[in-house]
Amino acid sequence: MSNLFNWEPDRSKYPTVKDNGELDVDLSSHKFTKLWVGPNHPGITGNMAVEITISGDEIVQAKTHVGYLHRGFEKLIERRLFIQGFPTCIRMCVAEPDYNEYILSKAIEDLSGIEIPEMAEWLRTLALEMARLQSLLRTVPGQGGTFSLGLGVQWGMYLRDLILDRFEELTGARIYHMYILPGGVRGLLPDGFKARMEENLKLIDQFVINIKKLMFDNVIFKKRAIGVGVIKKEWVDQFGIVGPNARAVGISRDIRKDYPYLKYQELDFEPPTAKDGDIFARSTVRYQELIQTVDLIRQIMAKMPEKGDIKSPTPNVLHWKIAKGETYIRSESSRGEYGMYYVTDGSDKPRRINLRGPSYNHAMSLLEHMLINANISDVHAIMVSLQTCPPEIER
Amino acid sequence: MGKIKDILSPFTAWGNVVKEPVTIKNPIGREAAPRYRGFHKNDIDTCIGCGTCEVICENEAIDLVPVDGIETKDGDSGLRPMIDYGRCCWCALCVDVCTTGSLTLSNEYTWVSEDPDEFRFIPGVDKKSWDDNEKGWKKPEPNYEFYGKKRVDMPELHAEDRDKSFIEFVTGYSKQQAEEEADRCVECGICTATCPAHMGIPEYIKAIRNDDLEEGLRILYETNPLPEICGRICTHKCEEVCSVGHNGDPISIRWLKRYIADQNPSEKYKEILNAGNVENNGKKVAIIGSGPSGLSAAYYLALIGYDCTIYEKLPAAGGMMRYGIPEYRLPYDQIDKDIDYILSLGVDIKYNVNIGTDITLDKLKKDYDAVFAGTGLHLGRSTRIPGSDHKNVFFATDLLREISLGDEIQVSEKIVVIGGGNVAMDITRSLARLQNIKFGKVDVTATSLESEDIMPADREEVVEAREEKAIIDPGWGPTSIEIENDKIKGLHVQKCLSVFDESGRFNPKFDESNTKFFEADMIVESIGQGMDVEYISKEIRDQIEFDQRGRIQVNDYFQTGAKWLFIGGDIIQGPDVIHGIANGHKAAIGIDKFINQDK
Repeated sequence: MSNLFNWEPDRSKYPTVKDNGELDVDLSSHKFTKLWVGPNHPGITGNMAVEITISGDEIVQAKTHVGYLHRGFEKLIERRLFIQGFPTCIRMCVAEPDYNEYILSKAIEDLSGIEIPEMAEWLRTLALEMARLQSLLRTVPGQGGTFSLGLGVQWGMYLRDLILDRFEELTGARIYHMYILPGGVRGLLPDGFKARMEENLKLIDQFVINIKKLMFDNVIFKKRAIGVGVIKKEWVDQFGIVGPNARAVGISRDIRKDYPYLKYQELDFEPPTAKDGDIFARSTVRYQELIQTVDLIRQIMAKMPEKGDIKSPTPNVLHWKIAKGETYIRSESSRGEYGMYYVTDGSDKPRRINLRGPSYNHAMSLLEHMLINANISDVHAIMVSLQTCPPEIER
Repeated sequence: MGKIKDILSPFTAWGNVVKEPVTIKNPIGREAAPRYRGFHKNDIDTCIGCGTCEVICENEAIDLVPVDGIETKDGDSGLRPMIDYGRCCWCALCVDVCTTGSLTLSNEYTWVSEDPDEFRFIPGVDKKSWDDNEKGWKKPEPNYEFYGKKRVDMPELHAEDRDKSFIEFVTGYSKQQAEEEADRCVECGICTATCPAHMGIPEYIKAIRNDDLEEGLRILYETNPLPEICGRICTHKCEEVCSVGHNGDPISIRWLKRYIADQNPSEKYKEILNAGNVENNGKKVAIIGSGPSGLSAAYYLALIGYDCTIYEKLPAAGGMMRYGIPEYRLPYDQIDKDIDYILSLGVDIKYNVNIGTDITLDKLKKDYDAVFAGTGLHLGRSTRIPGSDHKNVFFATDLLREISLGDEIQVSEKIVVIGGGNVAMDITRSLARLQNIKFGKVDVTATSLESEDIMPADREEVVEAREEKAIIDPGWGPTSIEIENDKIKGLHVQKCLSVFDESGRFNPKFDESNTKFFEADMIVESIGQGMDVEYISKEIRDQIEFDQRGRIQVNDYFQTGAKWLFIGGDIIQGPDVIHGIANGHKAAIGIDKFINQDK
């Protein structure tokens, strides 16, 4: 185990490695304690648990456990008509439901050979960036929250609620938007939407300044975040690290740039990166992405047409059949590559759906390695810095 | 320096102390967005209970349930959606797919009740506080559809290519067109309930989508042994109630039926329908008339082993289908295709036999175990206005029969047709063709009591007649035929203000000051047909019940007071083909019951 991925943790103190490769953890020796973090701990970003073995306040062994949240959404969708998938799939990731809607709808469109109207493409791009914005408004100050800096979280949650207000008027719901459906979207921008959005964005501009002063120029935050939870550059490919976690070690990997979809080619942006790969670097990358997302939303609202069709004609949704085929659709969520493998067999239901969420790699395998040698008080900080979402690990 | 800044910088947050808090005291008091997906509303008068909402709901939160005070009728299942808020996820797919647009959502945020049963409710029936809330989710507009709203146009010959001959001008759907049209169906089954023969319409449309036309044919023959004919000239009551027709064009059910029948070759019928292995049960049934009801009765009786003999007065089978409907709408070879299959099952047919004169009904009673009569309405009705007894005043039914028989009929240069039904359109368009062939021009005018919006003829008949240069001038009541030197000069009419009185009875009102004169040298009356049941002897007639208006009374199985005699078709219901087929089928079941009971 220690030689896995050519990486050997620092085990100079405890415990020793036995000949069979297992760690020599003898709980009766009173040198080690086992602790469960989660599944209900508020620091865990959903229902999962980390079983840690500590020596003093240093973690010597970590094991992630999932299974508390399995709802079988992939199977539920496989037993439903194509049109019935999009209200179900959003629950696979509560924090950013829109990416689920998009990849599912896009997969169905690809396999059916349907092209969506330009207006719908712009509206989808807007919805996805709004989803990123509301997610980052929670995650960026949320990192401070793991170090007991709760003020920024409250600022962020207020602004996130304003974006949810905009979601409510655009899509008809605050959390489960069900806005992007196979063939297009479910509504044009309401009257005065852009002006109200701009008001919110101005507040976020101010928030960006304030949160920098509060969090990033904060000696306590820096002491806790710099040099902690470091991801090594060589791990990126070994663990399949994506999104801001990869960009924080200097690897500019972004689906919006690498495999452009929707209207991202028409938008001017460069994914931000950092070098150090620690919690502070990841926070910084997300902070810059927050600024960039605000800019992207402004660009989208300026460039999108005023009117247009929102949906292409599709076969009758009640008996829509799709010929045998398979596809993999990806998009860049705020946590990284979010993809769906979608198989059809000529019937009116999908044959197989498999979601590729970034949290699976980040929270299951990567976290186990990152926690070793970490301080017990940093467990939640490291976990939040990976921006994991357990509902998407289990589906 | 940097470190000092990092120590001091967070304290800038204290600046917020003097700011107003942004939290809202009562967030629930805030109104939701106009598009918010709140709680369900249903306009139960618009709703037809098609159940499309129930089908699309991925959580099975919707059940269609009977509601007190809402009756099942043509075009309305009498059911209404009940929503279970223990299952609903407020995706509003039910709203987006609703065929009538009756189902919407309010933008209400919260609903508190201590009674858990209340959260299963029938929107629109169980009164809720948000029923009058105008805001909330509605189906997005425009160009946002879950199924095709526009009908696939039926390819037809242009007017100039068809108006000089009796060639069939509706050419039929291609495979792609039929499948595209079949895709629009939402499978609600409202059509099946309305169809007199209760055909499995959603099922055979599904067979088209699956490209399984043999299965389609089997479904057709379960309830209708004349699919080629019905696929062309059925009065398609199903399309009038089609749920898709509420916000778009109804499905072309008739043309899809024709597509299935057209695509299956007649020589494969027996194999597809698995017929021909029926053991004869030794019982004999006589059938008078080879119209739709007689053929239908013969088919379903033959299927269960009866020995059927049809007696036909005319030299070919089909009754009004052959002798009342022009060839351009229903070609003879298509009639033959359906009839030949029925005859191939062992049904015997005797042509040119007139019951009453050649053979008496009493003789049939003696020779057979039961008799079915579907003799139709072949007698023309007269307007009885002055001049209507002139030799150049004809009945439409007579002329149509003569055309079908191949006889040459009188065609004048200026013709007026009185009547606004499909028969009037048939004779108008037939005469227009004959005029075109004879004189190279058309001058035929059809006038009816009914104004254009309530004319009984199918809309497409009126449109196509006009394309063929016939003049349709509805809303006039005939008063007299002007005759000079024994020659017809024309028809005097007066404006008809209304046809039916407040209680819905036929009671036309006229504006006598508003008159018009249609020039003509030949007049055709097409204002309805009457029955000729002279062949029923007085003795038998005494056993049969008649109502006050002289109509024959039958039971659910079309059995008359004379138990061995069953009567159906236009005499009893209709007049149209599909009622005849349904009557024949039901009578066949009745005859089987009667004969077995007798045993």
